[in-house]
Amino acid sequence: MDKDSKDYKEQMQAEHSTPLHTGRGQGVGPMGPLLSIKDLHASINGKEILKGINLEVKPGEVHALMGQNGAGKSTLSNVLVGHPAYEVTKGSVTYNGKDLLAMSPEDRAHEGLFLSFQHPVEIPGVSMVNFMRAAVNEHRKYKGLPALTASEFLKLMREKRAIVELDGKLANRSVNEGFSGGEKKRNEIFQMAMLEPTFAILDETDSGLDVDALRIVAEGFNKLRTPETSAIVITHYQRLLDYLKPDIVHVLLDGRIVKTGGPDLAQEIEQRGFDWIKREVQTLP
Amino acid sequence: MNSNHNKSGLSTPLHYREGQGGGSATQYIELFAQCEAMISKHSAEVLNSLRAKAFEDFKRLGFSTRKDEDYKYTDVSKAFEPDYGLNLNRLDIPVNPYDVFKCDVPNMSTALYFVANDSFYNKALPKSNLPEGVLLGSLKELSESYPELVGKYYGKLAETSKDAVVALNTMLAQDGLLLYVPKGVVVEKPIQLVNILRADVNFMVNRRVLVILEDGARARLLMCDHAMDKVDFLATQVIEAYVGSGATLDFYELEENTTATRRFSYLNVYQEADSNVLVGGITLHNGLTRNTTRVTLAGQGAYINLSGMAIADKNQHVDNHTFIDHQVPDCTSRELYKYVLDDSATGAFAGKVLVREGAQHTASEQTNRNLCVTRQARMYTQPQLEIYADDVKCSHGATVGQLDENALFYMRQRGVSEQEARLLLMFAFVGDVVDNIRLDALRDRLHLLVEKRFRGEMGKCQGCTMCK
Ligand SMILES: Nc1ncnc2c1ncn2[C@@H]1O[C@H](COP(=O)(O)OP(=O)(O)O)[C@@H](O)[C@H]1O
Ligand SMILES: [Mg+2]
Repeated sequence: MDKDSKDYKEQMQAEHSTPLHTGRGQGVGPMGPLLSIKDLHASINGKEILKGINLEVKPGEVHALMGQNGAGKSTLSNVLVGHPAYEVTKGSVTYNGKDLLAMSPEDRAHEGLFLSFQHPVEIPGVSMVNFMRAAVNEHRKYKGLPALTASEFLKLMREKRAIVELDGKLANRSVNEGFSGGEKKRNEIFQMAMLEPTFAILDETDSGLDVDALRIVAEGFNKLRTPETSAIVITHYQRLLDYLKPDIVHVLLDGRIVKTGGPDLAQEIEQRGFDWIKREVQTLP
Repeated sequence: MNSNHNKSGLSTPLHYREGQGGGSATQYIELFAQCEAMISKHSAEVLNSLRAKAFEDFKRLGFSTRKDEDYKYTDVSKAFEPDYGLNLNRLDIPVNPYDVFKCDVPNMSTALYFVANDSFYNKALPKSNLPEGVLLGSLKELSESYPELVGKYYGKLAETSKDAVVALNTMLAQDGLLLYVPKGVVVEKPIQLVNILRADVNFMVNRRVLVILEDGARARLLMCDHAMDKVDFLATQVIEAYVGSGATLDFYELEENTTATRRFSYLNVYQEADSNVLVGGITLHNGLTRNTTRVTLAGQGAYINLSGMAIADKNQHVDNHTFIDHQVPDCTSRELYKYVLDDSATGAFAGKVLVREGAQHTASEQTNRNLCVTRQARMYTQPQLEIYADDVKCSHGATVGQLDENALFYMRQRGVSEQEARLLLMFAFVGDVVDNIRLDALRDRLHLLVEKRFRGEMGKCQGCTMCK
């Protein structure tokens, strides 16, 4: 197996060198990757899920991550943001030149990392307002900025809510409590708007959204992007990628990235599914 | 207050220590035998008339040990074992609490009263503009002026034959508070009673509170407990509350004692038809606390909302024991108790609901939820439903859990520190108990006090100048 993973790695590095992948980062000048994952292995409850992930994301790039249920996409997201249930057994992750794995989850957030959760958790009794105020002010503190006043904060809430057309009533409730699936996803992007991350991971943010909600959320995301904002977008569907226009598309299978390509790869997967990729992997030397 | 208390006779020490279990009762038996005349001399006839029987009951009962089902989690015998001083001679507390005490619940514009140790403080009383006919003041003095009224109610709910601490309190209590609201009278202004504990020797206090609301009367009472010195305190308290037909009583208790305080409190509520009672018992800071609450729903349509909350850390101990007796049809009881236990704190909740034969259409709901923040924290919960009627709606539920790890992580992912995320979750956990409070100023203030408590910014009470 070790030999196989080396092959994948070489394959991926080879593909990375093609001009296809210079992406939006181009305009920012010559720079190294914002995120660099090397031979990452991780397990949960003693079960190895990630079996040697290699991935580089440059500033401004959007990468799509696709793959069947159970492949390890959410595991990768959770490991990157430091979920304590996952154990990293091997490999390294460098973010913005720093050792990401050595940082606390909150400091990863302060450094600009944001995960839109596949299943956002409900937190009864904690109001969105109190939660976001704590989050925004801790981000500001990390940057050496003073806390926002109550009125400044509420103004910011109103502005950002408008971007994803989040109902004011939702913003006054407990975090995600009693929200529909779609409302939860919209709330994730609202929080992203509040925190203005430099690196966003969207884990199936499109699932549970109807066509209109998808457009609002995707357009909201695009409004929030700066030329430096990078993202990993996990999705099963082309319709989100039509809005977000990924530079690079990866396919994850059984804890490894087995195929990497351009935007057309997502379209091919939409039409043909994953079986052909599985067969391709099996025929690899 | 100074070291010449003993010489001046302010404190009567208990010199009769005995080491073995159960032996701690002996010193109180000897104390009473020797000091009965002194105790009675400084009290009133109504209170004195019950002492002899209480003494007999106390001698027979002795203190409970943990073998006693009702005291499984709190060792009474041990708590009463040490040597405490008592102020049986009723010497004045040498400070004016109105000058030195700044309440933790300000801006409430309450009618404010003090019981200093176990004496009602009636010097420098504020101008009372309570409605005509309302009696509020020293239980001793008012029972001298109104012996018939007080005699009709005093000691009728708190049975000395069943509980040694109730018997002991009845033997020794010399004063406390009386609140009497005549038929149909509404007391708009919330009444606040602050129990101050001040002493420079280890000290015991025994106080009584008697609340009488006649038919249709309404009153709101907030009692705050403050231990202010760094000695060991032992406080017993017996509260009897009669709530007449259609009367409404809101009764809040806020404990902010030192870790060296042991508190044994007995609240007995008796409700007539269509009465409405809210009890909110909040243990914000304490040492060892045992609260026993007994509610008798004696008239159809009576409603009781019994809620409690305890925040405990270090080695603090909070034990709430409740008993709700549905004697007649169509009554409602709602009970909600929540504990947050940190460090090596211990909590206990035993809640019994009895629905008697014929008490049809009883609606009863009991919930006890607990959060153990550490592995060392211990919670014992024991809900108990006894139903002898068939057409009733009763439910109970108890949980002991930890903080939701996924919620914690979600917040940390947004940049909220782990400590702050924990605070938000703990604060949210007790939020609904605080929201049960029907007194806006108190509710808002409590949200703040609870937050301060969780942040560890409150070793003791906040605003008073007495303890610094
Ligand atoms: N708590 C857990 N304990 C054991 N296995 C888990 C746990 N959580 C996820 N897994 C397993 O990890 C694998 C990858 O899951 P996940 O990362 O959620 O996949 P994806 O997001 O690609 O659908 C699955 O086989 C799943 O069953
Ligand atoms: Mg997933």
